[in-house]
Amino acid sequence: MSAQPTIATRWSRALGYAEKRLPALTRLKKIEPLPIRLDRHRIYVLPTRFGLIFSVVLVVMLLGALNYNNNPAMLLTCLLAAASYQSVFQSFRTLNGVQLTALRAHACHAGGSLPLSLHFHIDTRIRRSLRARIGDYETVFDLQPDSDGKVRIELPAPRRGWQTVGRIKLYSEYPFGLFQVWSWLNPDFAALVYPRLEADAPPLPNDNALAVTHAQRGRGDELAMLRDYRPSDPLRGIAWKASARHDTLLVKEFELQRGREIVLSFASLIGLDRERRISRLARWVCAAESAQVRYTLQLPSGTVGPGLGSDHRHACLRELAVLFGGAE
Amino acid sequence: MKTATSHVLTKAQFALTAASVGAAVLPHLLRLPVMFSIPIAALLIGRWFQRQHTAVRVPIWIKLPLIILFPVLIIFHYGNIFGREPGSALACTMLTLKLLETDNRRDARAAVCFSGFVLMSALLFDSDLLFTLLLLAALSLILAALRSLEPRPLGAPLTIRSALREGMRASVLSLVAAVPLALCVFVFFPRFGSPLWGSPSFSAAHTGLGDRMAPGTIEELLTDDSAAFRVSFHGSAPPKQYLYWRGPVLSFFDGSAWSRAELYSSRSNASDLHASGIATTYDITLEPSDRRWLFALDVAIAAPPNSVRGADMTLVSRRPIVDLLEYEVTSATHYELDSSLNDTVRRRMLELPSDRNIRSRELATKWRNNLHDDSAIIKAALAMFHEKFFYTLDAPLLERDTVDDFLFDTQRGFCEHYASAFTFLMRAAGIPARVVTGYQGGYYNRVGDYWVVRQSDAHAWSEVWLQGRGWVRVDPTAAVSPQRVELGSRAAAGESARWYQANWMQAVRNQFDLVNRVWNDAIVQFSALRQQSMLAPFGIDKADYGSLMSVLIGTSSLLLIAFAWWVLRMPRVRDDALDAAYGKLRAKLDRAGAASTPAEGPLTLAERTQILWPDNRNLALACLNYVRLRYGCQRPEDADVRAFARSIASLRLLTISRAK
Repeated sequence: MSAQPTIATRWSRALGYAEKRLPALTRLKKIEPLPIRLDRHRIYVLPTRFGLIFSVVLVVMLLGALNYNNNPAMLLTCLLAAASYQSVFQSFRTLNGVQLTALRAHACHAGGSLPLSLHFHIDTRIRRSLRARIGDYETVFDLQPDSDGKVRIELPAPRRGWQTVGRIKLYSEYPFGLFQVWSWLNPDFAALVYPRLEADAPPLPNDNALAVTHAQRGRGDELAMLRDYRPSDPLRGIAWKASARHDTLLVKEFELQRGREIVLSFASLIGLDRERRISRLARWVCAAESAQVRYTLQLPSGTVGPGLGSDHRHACLRELAVLFGGAE
Repeated sequence: MKTATSHVLTKAQFALTAASVGAAVLPHLLRLPVMFSIPIAALLIGRWFQRQHTAVRVPIWIKLPLIILFPVLIIFHYGNIFGREPGSALACTMLTLKLLETDNRRDARAAVCFSGFVLMSALLFDSDLLFTLLLLAALSLILAALRSLEPRPLGAPLTIRSALREGMRASVLSLVAAVPLALCVFVFFPRFGSPLWGSPSFSAAHTGLGDRMAPGTIEELLTDDSAAFRVSFHGSAPPKQYLYWRGPVLSFFDGSAWSRAELYSSRSNASDLHASGIATTYDITLEPSDRRWLFALDVAIAAPPNSVRGADMTLVSRRPIVDLLEYEVTSATHYELDSSLNDTVRRRMLELPSDRNIRSRELATKWRNNLHDDSAIIKAALAMFHEKFFYTLDAPLLERDTVDDFLFDTQRGFCEHYASAFTFLMRAAGIPARVVTGYQGGYYNRVGDYWVVRQSDAHAWSEVWLQGRGWVRVDPTAAVSPQRVELGSRAAAGESARWYQANWMQAVRNQFDLVNRVWNDAIVQFSALRQQSMLAPFGIDKADYGSLMSVLIGTSSLLLIAFAWWVLRMPRVRDDALDAAYGKLRAKLDRAGAASTPAEGPLTLAERTQILWPDNRNLALACLNYVRLRYGCQRPEDADVRAFARSIASLRLLTISRAK
């Protein structure tokens, strides 16, 4: 166990050195626009460890056949050797002509995982057992010709803001596991990670001073929800029957669809650090969306809204994600 | 989705791994001693069932004792752990044990890789063509197993059936594609002149005739359908009744068995042979027998190289025949052998144990007293066989006095019984006689123009020495069953043939023998010697290690370059016909002075052309047609695309300056 990390670190150091000296050969590829098409200029091949062991066994077989001067055994060995070494061409053909046409990131919040779809396209031949690897994360997939090869891979999203996907290693050991063909892709793509949602955030600030109160509030004819009683609530709003069933006082919240509007303000959240404020605001944006309350987001960088609905929510979250240039 | 460190095998992956291990071990199972083959088979089958039902690992307290037990058993049985037999037994057992612990991809790959080795080692024991073909099928199973071990997408695991079907097809294709390179390596890889270790003795040899004929020895051969040798005559072949292939001559009788008398056979006792008639020359390819007899048509005029001809006309090689041996012989079918017999030899040829087979001896004495003439005695004996005796391969067992039992009790038997009894009677009657063993007949393969003589053609006959004529061949079996000589032992035996020796199967086998011969000729017999002379047409008389290696590297590089060229060539990106036609339209506009940017869509382009060429309706129409074809349907019809291209080609545009 103790030898393992030193070898690994040495290897990565050697790799780093090689990347500096041989940028064309190693992973250090410049960011490039999509679509990226793999061809012989950027596909590399090396035997795997199993390939080397297999070669040793082949040599032993050859020696045995030669020693006993047994031609049929020799022929069998030659066939196995030729078939296995020629698999390098099949391996190459697995990767040759594969095209990365698009990347798409799905909405995610920091702390969760970033679901990424890679869209591949090939013109000919089924490709089997392709593997895409980003960092330590890997997925296996097949590609069918002339169909959208959508490959999902989930990456960790530790912090909000624009997150570059990084280099993608597309590789395969098909068909026999004797050779690895690989290519590094460094697509021009970044995914936006929304801020972390605060876990135990206080409820929506519908009663704070900055909330715009309307005369209709509480007098709408639609029962929107039951919520905990707060000291300033009028007594006639209390849902007595429901409260009797539960152990707390519940207030009937009536609402007209356009009846309420709240303002979520960065400046009003005093006493919290920056990231905490952002993640609380993100939580409130989501809460307001699920409560169907129109909301306005006031940030140092500007004001979004008022509005409601998916587009508005994404606009708000995007603003929050890139606020102050993303998390440090 | 973080990379898993251990890839546990799916059911299908394990099944294919187990199948390739089984296929590698199977050819050995038939050959290994029961003490190994039964446990190996039991372990393989047991593990298969266990893994198909549960994924529980085999506990160490089962594996560890086995790992120790098998090598101990091998040392106990063979006395050694190195060499071909113990080595292959060890490999088989270890491969079986490897399957017991195979649970993830790494182990499975190791097991499959090693089963390739075990498969190859099976050929060290038998290198028959059919066997080799079977092993090639097993080889594709190994490749299919390797293929199945590649990781699969999560939602699409491999089933056993699809893994087998697709894997086998792809593997056979890989093997076929590998044939040129494999042949190139096979032909040019320098062979060893002498082995690095061990002696390459060929224990797979089918034991042919021995130097002893006890009741039942030939019977074993009669059920063996492997080829003994193949013959191609330089001219026409002699008639079938002359096809007596002379082998060891047995002149010593101990009362139950005939054996070869070494002393008499020595070369110093040269015999005189006067050949008459036309001599026949032919090539014989002798299958390995581990013995030293060479066979030739009765009787060889001279011994082939590296062999001697005994006084009894038996050809004996200097070394046991462990590989296929090819030699040329000339024989005379009409001859006079040993016109005079000296006393020592004569005495030997009359020698019989005095205390046995009393009744036969009395019969012979009676003949001698009544008939006087040697040829009359021979006639009497043959007549007796012809009248009372019955040819069958199901001969009853004989007691201590084998000749008496046969002549007076059972009266059923085949060549060895008749030859033995006849020779005994002749000696007892005072005529020098001896038993000749060999083969009789053969099958003519018309396509290959050669004869194949099988072990089942083994035969025994007699030679008697007559004053003035020398040694004369007498075949007592022919007196009983003339078909034996005309048609072969099987046809003569009629009812008693084994089921697998049915006539039609025999005919198929005989036809198929041609393939065996080609196989022997091209592959099995390929040797360092032939390899060295192979480059002679290219000016290299005796190819040495270096030139062979350079030819090998040269040709295989050429092959690989051809493959690489085919794989690496850049695919020509086939332009979409519709886009190509639209591109032409834009090029035309470009030439006319209305260059469009890539960002300009066809509809904007149509608007712009309407302004520039208000009276050219076709232009805008073309743009709209493009939109209809490109975006209006899933896939445009070829005819529509062609019409579109034609309409573009027929567009005539005035350059803008002139239009204005």
